[in-house]
Formats: sequence, C-alpha cells, structure tokens
Amino acid sequence: MSTSIKDTTRKLLDQQTQSGKHKRRKINDLLARYGIAVGGMSVIVAVVLICFYLLWVVLPIFKPASVELEKDYSWSQQQLMHLEVEEYGEIAFGLGANGSMQFTDVETNQPIADFELPQQQNITAFAQLDLKGMMAISYADGSVQLLQQDYAISYPDNQRQLTPSIQYPFGEDAVSFADTEVTLLNGKMWEDGLLLAGVTNDNQVITKEYYVEQSFLGEGLELDEANSATIQLNFKPEYLLATQGPDWLYAIGKQGQMSAYRFKSGEWKLQETKQLTQNGVEVTQANFLLGQVSLMIGDSNGVVSQWFQVTDEDNVSTLTNIRDFKLSDNPIALFIPEVRRKGFIAADNAGEVGIFYTTSERLLEQFSFGQPIQALSINSRSNKLLVVGKDGLANTFFIENEHPEISWSSLWNQVFYEGYKEPTFTWQSSASTNDYESKFSLMPLSFGTLKAAFYAMLFAVPLAIFGAIFTAYFMAPKMRSMVKPTVEIMEALPTVILGFLAGLWLAPIIEETLVGFLLTIILLPIFTILFGLAWNKAPGSIRHRIPDGWQAALLLPVIVLGTVFSFWIGEPVEAWLFDGDMPRWLDANGFNYDQRNSLVVGLAMGFAVIPTIFSITEDAIFSVPKHLTNGSLALGASQWQTLTRVVLPTASPGIFSALMIGLGRAVGETMIVLMATGNTPVMDMNIFEGMRTLSANIAVEMPESEVGSSHYRVLFLAAFVLFLFTFAFNTIAEVVRQRLRNKYGSL
Amino acid sequence: MSKKFFNSGQHWVWLNAGAISISIIMVVGLLLLIAVRGLSHFWPAEVKTFEVVQEKETVQVMGEIHNIEDDIQDGLERKQYLLKMGNRDVYGLDFKWLDVKSITDTTVNEDAIVVERREWGNLYGFLTSVTKDGTVYKEDPEALQDIIERALEIHGEIRDIETGDIGAINYAMEQLRLDQRLLELDDELTEEAQAELDKQRAELQEEFLSYQEQLQELYADIKRDTAQFTLIGGETITLTAGNIVRAFQPNQMGFWAKLGHYFSKIGEFIFDEPREANTEGGVFPAIFGTVLMVLLMSIVVTPLGVVAAVYMREYAKQGPLTRTIRIAVNNLAGVPSIVYGVFGLGFFVYFLGGSIDELFYPEVSPSPMFGTPGLIWASLTLALLTLPVVIVSTEEGLARIPKSIREGSLALGATKFETLRKTVLPMASPAMMTGLILAVARAAGEVAPLMLVGVVKLAPTLPLDANAPFLHLERKFMHLGFHIYDVGFQSPNVEAARPLVYATALLLVLIIILLNIAAIKIRNNLREKYKSLEQ
Repeated sequence: MSTSIKDTTRKLLDQQTQSGKHKRRKINDLLARYGIAVGGMSVIVAVVLICFYLLWVVLPIFKPASVELEKDYSWSQQQLMHLEVEEYGEIAFGLGANGSMQFTDVETNQPIADFELPQQQNITAFAQLDLKGMMAISYADGSVQLLQQDYAISYPDNQRQLTPSIQYPFGEDAVSFADTEVTLLNGKMWEDGLLLAGVTNDNQVITKEYYVEQSFLGEGLELDEANSATIQLNFKPEYLLATQGPDWLYAIGKQGQMSAYRFKSGEWKLQETKQLTQNGVEVTQANFLLGQVSLMIGDSNGVVSQWFQVTDEDNVSTLTNIRDFKLSDNPIALFIPEVRRKGFIAADNAGEVGIFYTTSERLLEQFSFGQPIQALSINSRSNKLLVVGKDGLANTFFIENEHPEISWSSLWNQVFYEGYKEPTFTWQSSASTNDYESKFSLMPLSFGTLKAAFYAMLFAVPLAIFGAIFTAYFMAPKMRSMVKPTVEIMEALPTVILGFLAGLWLAPIIEETLVGFLLTIILLPIFTILFGLAWNKAPGSIRHRIPDGWQAALLLPVIVLGTVFSFWIGEPVEAWLFDGDMPRWLDANGFNYDQRNSLVVGLAMGFAVIPTIFSITEDAIFSVPKHLTNGSLALGASQWQTLTRVVLPTASPGIFSALMIGLGRAVGETMIVLMATGNTPVMDMNIFEGMRTLSANIAVEMPESEVGSSHYRVLFLAAFVLFLFTFAFNTIAEVVRQRLRNKYGSL
Repeated sequence: MSKKFFNSGQHWVWLNAGAISISIIMVVGLLLLIAVRGLSHFWPAEVKTFEVVQEKETVQVMGEIHNIEDDIQDGLERKQYLLKMGNRDVYGLDFKWLDVKSITDTTVNEDAIVVERREWGNLYGFLTSVTKDGTVYKEDPEALQDIIERALEIHGEIRDIETGDIGAINYAMEQLRLDQRLLELDDELTEEAQAELDKQRAELQEEFLSYQEQLQELYADIKRDTAQFTLIGGETITLTAGNIVRAFQPNQMGFWAKLGHYFSKIGEFIFDEPREANTEGGVFPAIFGTVLMVLLMSIVVTPLGVVAAVYMREYAKQGPLTRTIRIAVNNLAGVPSIVYGVFGLGFFVYFLGGSIDELFYPEVSPSPMFGTPGLIWASLTLALLTLPVVIVSTEEGLARIPKSIREGSLALGATKFETLRKTVLPMASPAMMTGLILAVARAAGEVAPLMLVGVVKLAPTLPLDANAPFLHLERKFMHLGFHIYDVGFQSPNVEAARPLVYATALLLVLIIILLNIAAIKIRNNLREKYKSLEQ
C-alpha cells in the first residue's frame, strides 16, 4: 500500500519536474564534464604553447648548414680557370685555360651556349672584377680583354627563363695594359671606375685606373685612362689584391711576405710590410671577403685566417690577424667568398670542403668531396654549390644555410667587427649598404634592460617597502582603507601615460632643476625625522588631537613643503657648486648628460613598479598572525622592535617574492623606456645616460624586420630571453610565497 | 627625550610614514597634472599683443602665452614666454620665445580674432572684410560666422559623399576586382562572367561620375565666400570659407561665452576626427578603435577564461600537476606584454593570418588581407594577454564559495553540472565580472603589443561601416594609448600637439580609473557577501 503511494508520487513528480529526465540529465552532465575538461585543457595548453612557439621560431638560427648532394655528372671543360653559378643556381659559366667559355645547365649538365674569345692568344691571367659578372683576361702580349657574363631574363608563359651570353661592354678590342706578359692580374670595377693591377715577370706591379663613361655614340661604355702607376717589389708575388677606389693594394708572396700599399695623390705609398705566416708555412690562397675589407689567407696547414686594417689611437692602421678557421691538416686549395654576406667556402687539396662564417666564427658544415677539386662556385643566394673535381667529376649540392651570422659567441661575446678598433659588444642590426656586417650582440640590450630595472628598483624598493610596512603595521584602519585603493589606481595607470610624462614633462624639469631634485633625496628624510621629533615633543594637547596611525597624513604638507624648499634652494646651490648648470658641468667633467636618461627612466618605471611591490609586501606583513605581535609587545618590546624582530622575519619570504615580481615587471616594461630614453644601445652604468632595453628594441625594430630573416629570429630570441627572465623571477616568487603560506598554516 | 625617540625606533616609523606619503603625493600630483593640463587646453586663452625690441627695431607680435620659463643663466635671471603666434603659413613656425626684458608694451586688443583652419594651424589677426555671395561686409564678425556655418554644412555634405557614397563605390569596385581574380584563379572566367563584371563596373563608374560632378559643384560652392584678415605685422591673408573650422574673438568673450566655447571644443575633441597629422581636432577614431578592440577581446577572453578556471577548480584533480599549472598561469600574468606582441605577430598575423589568406582568399595575393596586422589579431593577442587575469579572478571567486553550498545542491539530487550552472556560477559571477573589468582596464591601457599587431597612427576607415559585412576584422585601427605615443613622440610639431596629448591622456586615465573603481567596488561587495556565508 505504502509503496504504491510512493510510486504514484514519484511518477507525478517526475512528470512535472526536470528531475525525472534522468538519462538526459546524466548525458548533459557527462557532456559538460568532458566539454569543460577539453576546453579548459586546450586553453591551458594554448597558453603554455606561447613558450614553445617562441622557441620554435628561434631554434633555426642555431642549426648547422645542411648540404645535400643533388646531381652527379662529369664536366666537359678541362682546366677551369674560373667557374661561376648565377644567382638562381640554374646556369654555370666555365672559363677554360684555352679560352673556351661555356654556359651549362646546372640541372641537366647540358651545354647551353659556347663562346670564343675574340683574340686568338694565350691567356696568361684572369681576374674577376665585380659581383655582376665582369671579368678581365690578360693575353700574352700584355693586353687585357674585358668581358661580362650576361643573363637576360624573360618570362614566356609566366615562366622565368634565363638566356646567357657574353657581352663586351667596352668593345671586343683588348685594352693595352702592359708591354710584356702579365703573370698575375687583379682589378675592381665600380660604378664609374675601373682599376686593373698586374704583375710582370720582373716582379713589377702595374696599375691603371680608368673612368667609366657613357660613350658618345651608341649605348656602350667607354674607358678613359685616369692614371697609371708602377711598384717594384723585392719578392715574387703569388697573389695581388686591390680594392676599389683605388685605395689599398696587397701583394703576397708564397712564404707569407706581404706588402700593403695605399693609393694617395696618384701614386702607391708603401704602408706596411708584414710576415703573414709562421716559418715554413706557405700561403696557398688569398682573397677578399665581401666588402674588400677583410683579407682571407689560406695556408699549407689547412687554416684560413682573417685579417683587416685596424686603426689605433694615432690613426695608424695595421693589418691585424682577427681570427683563424681550421679546415683540416692539408693545405687550403680553394677559397670562395659568399656573394651577399661575410661567409666563405674553403676546400683543401684532398677534397675536404668547409662552409664558414666570419663574424660568428662558425664552421657551419664540413664534408668531403672525395677527390682533389679544381673549381667550385656558389650562387649569390647561397643555396647552390657546384664542385668540379680534378678528373672532371662534378657535383651540385643544395645548401640550406639561412642564419650563419648568429652564434652563441656573436650574441653574447665581444666580437671584432670590420672597421672597429677592438672587439666590442654592439647592436646594430641594419644599414644602407649591401656588404654590411650585421652586429647582433644581445649584451648591450640585456645590459640596458638590467640597468633600467636597477635604477627603477633603486627608487621603488625603499618607497614601496617602507610604505607597505607603515600601511600594514602602523596605519589607522580608516586611512588604510583610503590608501589601498589609491595604490591600486596607481597600479592601473597605463604605462604609456607614465612614459609620455617622463619623456616630455619630467625629463626637461629634471634637466632644469637637477640639483633641486637631488637635494630632495637628502632633505626629505631629514625633514621627516625632524618633524617626527618635533611632533613627539609637542604638547599633549596638540598631539592627542590626532590619533596614532595618521602620521602619514600629517606628513603630506611637510613633504610638499620640503620638496618646494629643496627646489627653491636648488638654484643657489647649483650656482654655487656647479656654475649654475649641473648638466653642463657634468658634460665638462667627463660625464655625458642626456636629457632622457636613466634617472628619468628609473623614476617613471619606479613609479610603475611601486604599487606591485607595495601590494604584495603589504599583504605579507598584514597577514602575520596578530598573536605573534601581541606576544612580543606583551613582553615589553617596542613597536619598532616587534616589527624588525618578529614581523619582518616572518613576512620576509613575502617581501622577497614582492621584489622578484617587481623586478620582473621592471625588466619587461616597454613603453616607459621607449619614450623616456634615447634608445641608444650603449653599455655604461652612468645614471645620466640612456640605454636601450630588450623590450624597447623589439618594439622599435620588429615591425621593420623581414619575416624569417636572422634579424626577425634574433628579435624573437630577445622576446624569449625576456620571457625566461620574467618567468624565472615569477616562479621563484610564487614558490617562496607558497612556502610562506605553509609556514603560516602551522602558526 | 630625543634619545628615547631614536632608541625606540620612532624615527624609522616616521620615515616609513614619509614613504607612503610620497607615494600618495606622487599619484595625486600626477592625476592633478594630467587633469589640469588636459582640461585647460580647451579654455580660450587671451590673445595678447606685445611690442618687442628686436635688434634695435620695435616689432609687434600677437599670440597666446603657451608657456613661461624661468631660468638662471650665467648668474642672471632670464624669464621667457613661449608665445603661440600661429600663422604657420606666414612665419614658418607656430611658436616663438620672447625674452620678457625685450617686451616694451603689452596690450589686449578687443578685436583680435583666432581662426582655426583646416591647414596651417591657427590664424591670429584682425578681420578686415567678409565676401558673402559677392557682397562685401567690412569688419563684420557676424557675417564671418554666417559664411563659416554655411561652409561647415557644405563640408559635411562633401564628407558624406566622399567617405560614404564614394567609399562604398570604391569598396564595391575592389570586391569586383577580387571576384574577377578569384574566377581567374579557378579558371572559370567565362566571357559571360566577364561581361557581367564589366557591366557592374560600368554601372559603378557611372554612379561614381555623378557623385564626382556633385562634388565638384560643392567644392565650387564652398569656395564662394571668402574672408580677409590682417595680421599684426600688416600682412593680409584671404581665406576661403571652406578652410575655416572655427573663428572666435577670445578677448571679447565673457565667462559664459568662454564656457560655451569650452564645451564645444570638448565635444569636438570627443566626437570629431583628427586634423593636421593628429595635432588638432578630435580623437573619435581612436576612442572607437579602443572600444571595439576591447569589446572583441572581451567576447573572446570571457568564455575561455571561465572555462579554464572552472576546469581547474571544479573538475581537475587537485594534485601537483594542477598546482604547477596554476603557478604557470599565474606567472603568465607577469610576462611582459611585448612578448605577447611578438607572439601575436609571429603566430596570429604571419602564421594564422597567412594561412587564412592562402586557403580562403587566394585572390587578394600579393597584398595580404588577414596576413597583416589588424583588429582581429590585436583583439586575440590582448585576449591572450588578459587571459591569466580572468582565470585567476574567476578561480578566486570559485574558491570562495563555501563547500556547504555545493554539497547542499548535490544532496538535493542535482548533478554536478546542474550545481555548477544553477548555484556556483551565479554566485561566482561578480568575480568573473571583476576579472573581466580588470582585463578590460589592462587592455585599454596596453600599447606595446598593439604596435606590433595592428594599431596605426591614422586609419583611413573605421573598422565598422555601412559596407557588408559591416565589421571589418582585418582592418587596422587607431587606439588612444598609441595616439599618445605617436602624437607625443613621432609628431612633427610636438609643441603644438602637447596639450592635445594631455587631453587624450586624461581621457584614457578616466576610462581606466572608472573601470578599476568598478572592479574594486564589485570585489568588495563580493567579499562582504561571502563573509556572511562563511560564518
């Protein structure tokens, strides 16, 4: 009977309410459980992925180059004097010792076009004049043939097609250069000039400079001799290298003797003679790196050494050995510089090939060709390498070498850059010229970051921690409930506004009243203590009107007046001590003064960091259990003694974590530094100079960097470094705080 | 007595009190500074005439005193006025430093007139004559106001046609070009399709020409009236009415007139578009861009943050893994915003946006559509940036809800999801609100990441307009914070732009403070509410 009533009620209830639809409710619950789990997990995973994405973009810069054998065939020409692969890596140009010129399809090894020299004479020497295919060949009678590889681009059916040919921009006639046979030839061609340098059998160097002009008739170019000069050498040069301008000329003998000449007012002046190798070591290769600044010397020990002119204080330049690259124990047989950057490829006489980069001191990849090599060439995009062996075997390699200029040492160590006086930390990511050596040192940026953070903390830490101690421990509750929201609003102020005020309002004021400002740092604490003392001695009738815990409010007018007073006496003091203008006085005494300097950044960023440190410290001090302080006070300790001996030690982990989080914020702050400093990447602790930080650098350079370039990836690395910095600081802080919580749990 | 003072550490207490006083003074002082500078900019300043001795010649200059500088140089006090004398087209510079010692006479001329122009900045001078529809009125300010009013009306019409109608035609033309390119890519460009496209194009072209004609008429019309002014140096300048935005005689204005002027300037500031490379006019596009971006961000960040928080607090097993994740999420709140910007640029813009372009919009290549910084990527980046704020705040709210409430619900037979939906989440909703408000406040003030993912100094079109699909997520936008940075530091005429930057800063600070106060209030109410529940 009773069961049936229960059943009926149940049934009725089930019909009228949701509770009956058990199945649907269960499904809903399950759906929600998995939906939320999947959603929650994916959000968290996505957030964590940021770190891995940054790393994924950064990693390629540390990868070695990859070399992949593509084709294997035999080369039809014998005794190659010169081999060159054009930009796209599709066509190779070969010049044989017999004067045969042939364009070959690199892919299929099919000859595309053959050319003959217009003169039927023996070739005595060859020189490559520029990176656009200009060449010079000297004949047995001392005349020089100028010719150029030309690749005409057309787009039939939207497909790129290259049609190679040999052009004679100065006509097919040879230029008369020397009276006798020239055994060595070198030269440079630039926009409006041409320099030819040759060595005759009696060790005499002949140089001729020409102006390159548009010819009056037709479209060709004309040469107009500007001057000619000779040098008598006292050794037999094996290598002759001249720079454009003309500026420098190096003659290098087999035993490593080197004579450097400089072109001044129409003649060559001997600048320096030097022994480039040690006794018994022979020079086996010599050439310029891109830009004609660095001289690369390959020797019989398998070492390629880099030399360039270093100017000392007296403006005297000497050729200096910068760095060495070791390929193998066999003599270096071939050396080719990369066309668009400061890398090179060297091969020894056993067929070992190495790909190097100078600035980053990297050996990117090394492989063996298996037999001696007679010629090799890489295209200007540095992705196709053609190697021709002594017995005619030819291989093409696909090379992936995107970021050779970055290495651990180039990012974090001092690097000796071309044209510099000494190894330096330098950040200078781009310039107008093509043969520019990028300077990617993260040191000045990291230094700037830490410098800015240091000065910010110097300003913020005392104010924030002292303020938090007072607010948490001494302040009257009513005032506390007004102070805390004020600080929270301080935390919320956009940094772009702080930066704007720092850069446009504070910086000029500080420059104007530097002394007054510095005086406030000394005078304000003194005034505060004096006022405290006076208040303490004041008659009770005044003192009791204001309850304890309102000292801070009493001090407000004191601080304002003290600041005004400091600025007021600042001017006379400045006139008395610093001739009326401290910034100028500093400049005169060897301290550089920038208007937007670290002091301004420190103040503005300190302002941004104070509330962060304040809030956490205040929480930590406030949550120290009351029975601890009461116990201490009951035992007769003064308030201050209780604070320093009981409260602060208990709260110290919290204060520590506050400092860490504040530091993290200071390190990553962007807008303030961007707007309140000049953003020059200098390494100097001077408080009156600016800096450039990692974050500001990203903000300035990221929008302009090319996607996927080394610069882009280095900026990602900078972001990653920032990420690690702050993540580490915050994690330490968090772990310490958790410990603190556990400790209080037991109290 | 003083010995006791120092021995008991009283001086330290006072120093601590001093530290908090300094902090308070700094905050309040900073807010006051921004408020005073920002608000005073719109008040019409007196235009003064100075007689100055320059190289033994007496010259008259006229303008507003913009700044006063007191300086001691070589032991001598030197007081200088920075005079805003306008008339950049005549003098080349808006500003001039006047040594107070060189001033022999200062007068306030009642008839001095200030003319705000569409180009070349302000004009300071005297009205000589107004030509209205062929009739010449001598020194008649009322006639001047008449022609300005008329010109403003015409100018409004011109702008409506240029940005509204012609803008729509340009948009439609661009769509047609893209349609054609898409058909080409799919090899479906038949002759019929081509003819149809050409027909539509011809229609648009015709429409365009008719508008063009209207415009020409209006442009001719706006040039009908002119006004002639004499400058203090005697130069005469003739302005067409269309070039004048506003003209007023500040030295004649009474308090109420000035107040009216003040509010009309504030209205212009908030509702108008910028003029003269952002140094004059209003900041409406920046306000609009900021609000829209923040709205989109809220739409993204709220559900994600709440789901993540609910999962971590209600569903995940509370073990070391969850604790680690919690620490990690907490730490992400401390990661510098520029890092998020870099991530947004690399991942959202180039990777995600580039892929979207490749897959869905092959016709726009080579100029990217989504593969370039834009509104959507900025919103997503900021959503990611503020996600930890929402998660932490929501979690805190969930943690504060007493266990007894959940248990009560479960004991009554509700499933876990029903408990969550009907009791826990509603009770935690103020916490979510707090999180969202804090997120919005942070997003509104954040600039560094936006510089990488979509903000520009001057966007030609708003991201929301009358052309379907109305909301253009891929467009670039303007932002108040970036506006401050750009006008204050990248502008060619920083001195002239500075007051406007203060006004913009004030606006931004007000928005953010209001949002934060709301968050603080909600949080405090929430705490009170649960205090009673916990007992």
